[in-house]
Amino acid sequence: MSERSIQWFRFTAPANFYDLAGRLVPWFAALTVALFAAGLYLGLVVAPPDYQQGDSYRIMYIHVPTAWMGMFLYVLMAIYAAIGLIWRIKMAEIMAKAIAPTGALMTFFALWTGALWGRPTWGVFWVWDARLTSMLILLFLYLGYMALHAAIDDRQRASNASAVLAMVGVVNVPIIYFSVQWWNTLHQGASITVTDAPTMATIMFVTLLIMTLAAWMYSIAVVLARARIEVLERERKASWVKERLEAET
Amino acid sequence: MFRSLFALLRRDLTLALRRPQDALTVVGFFVVVVALFPLGIGPDPEFLRSLAPGVLWVAALLAVMLSLERLFSDDYRDGTLEQMLLVPEPLGLLVLTKTFAHWLITGLPLVLISPLLAVQLNLRADEIVMLMLALLLGTPILSLIGSIGAALTLGLRGGGVLIALLILPLYAPPLILGAGAVDAVMHGASAQAHLSLLGAMMVFALFATPWATAAAVRIMLD
Repeated sequence: MSERSIQWFRFTAPANFYDLAGRLVPWFAALTVALFAAGLYLGLVVAPPDYQQGDSYRIMYIHVPTAWMGMFLYVLMAIYAAIGLIWRIKMAEIMAKAIAPTGALMTFFALWTGALWGRPTWGVFWVWDARLTSMLILLFLYLGYMALHAAIDDRQRASNASAVLAMVGVVNVPIIYFSVQWWNTLHQGASITVTDAPTMATIMFVTLLIMTLAAWMYSIAVVLARARIEVLERERKASWVKERLEAET
Repeated sequence: MFRSLFALLRRDLTLALRRPQDALTVVGFFVVVVALFPLGIGPDPEFLRSLAPGVLWVAALLAVMLSLERLFSDDYRDGTLEQMLLVPEPLGLLVLTKTFAHWLITGLPLVLISPLLAVQLNLRADEIVMLMLALLLGTPILSLIGSIGAALTLGLRGGGVLIALLILPLYAPPLILGAGAVDAVMHGASAQAHLSLLGAMMVFALFATPWATAAAVRIMLD
């Protein structure tokens, strides 16, 4: 390692994390607003209506990014939880806890927009299809994680116990991801893969990409902001908290 | 090592036999829940028949879930569980033994009583055999996955309700496969795929869940 490489472990110290996150959150928040504005403008005004679905396909611009984030955040949460459990890194535990509500929100949005899209397209709000059902289970896993975290009073024990639960629940994520291929269900397969050209118009693809980035930026901003508050709460007796709070007021 | 595991198994079974009402309550719950369905949806025999696999499986699943709280709680309260952490045998194996005893006390009676309820719901003979087979493969999975939830809620207020939220989402795959096996026979198809997947799931659960449960027990007794 060269001497100039970034010292990543520096940010596992709560005080350093607090400062770094405080500087990053406004940037990510600004990016969120800009990307959402651009993505929504492109998606609602510029992009042409679908030849089959008409205008209702535009729900996809919210639905797909939130569904991706819901799944991805769960994996990320489980990874942070595992790091916290194995190496006893306090910041990883805090990050895992901070990710959970955002992940649950994203999963909920994916289900909600999916229902709104299903009504005009499939004729029903909800079908008990493999992907929908496993996505619902993902939402329950998030809720279970948060409920277990809240039920245990001792912070350290709460983090460790819910970390075990998060890691057990990871089994569900590949099931959701591949459900459309494994079972012949109503939900269509992926239109975008890493290896092939997307099977949609370029403008739609670009818009979807922008909306996905917007969802990313939103998640990062909110998770970091939530983690900052959690750090303050956990470290409320540490001297650095007093210093920072006095400097801010 | 097997001597001490066997001793643990015998102890758990003896304790359960001294207090048979615990195991009988679970069976009673199973029977009552199944008996409530015809009251709720009407006595039409064909309709009940088509619902039977799902009803029986969901009732079995809830019965197992309700019994989970007792898996570790008695040993936790009188300190036996803490002593188990000190034993030279790996905690995972001890936990697996306890889970096996738990299945013998709660899961197996459910399998044995299920034909009676299946007859009430108008299932045919070959479907009843398949139901028992699927439950025989499936209820150990329920106990194994449930042991994680039981360990994670040790000593918590309202642990019983919390267990439901933690564990029921994970019960979805065995429920789908188990009820699906009976459904397949009902529609004249082969249930081989369902049974193979259930078996695979049981082997995987047998291998993986004791680790998670042992980790959870260690955390909660920390």
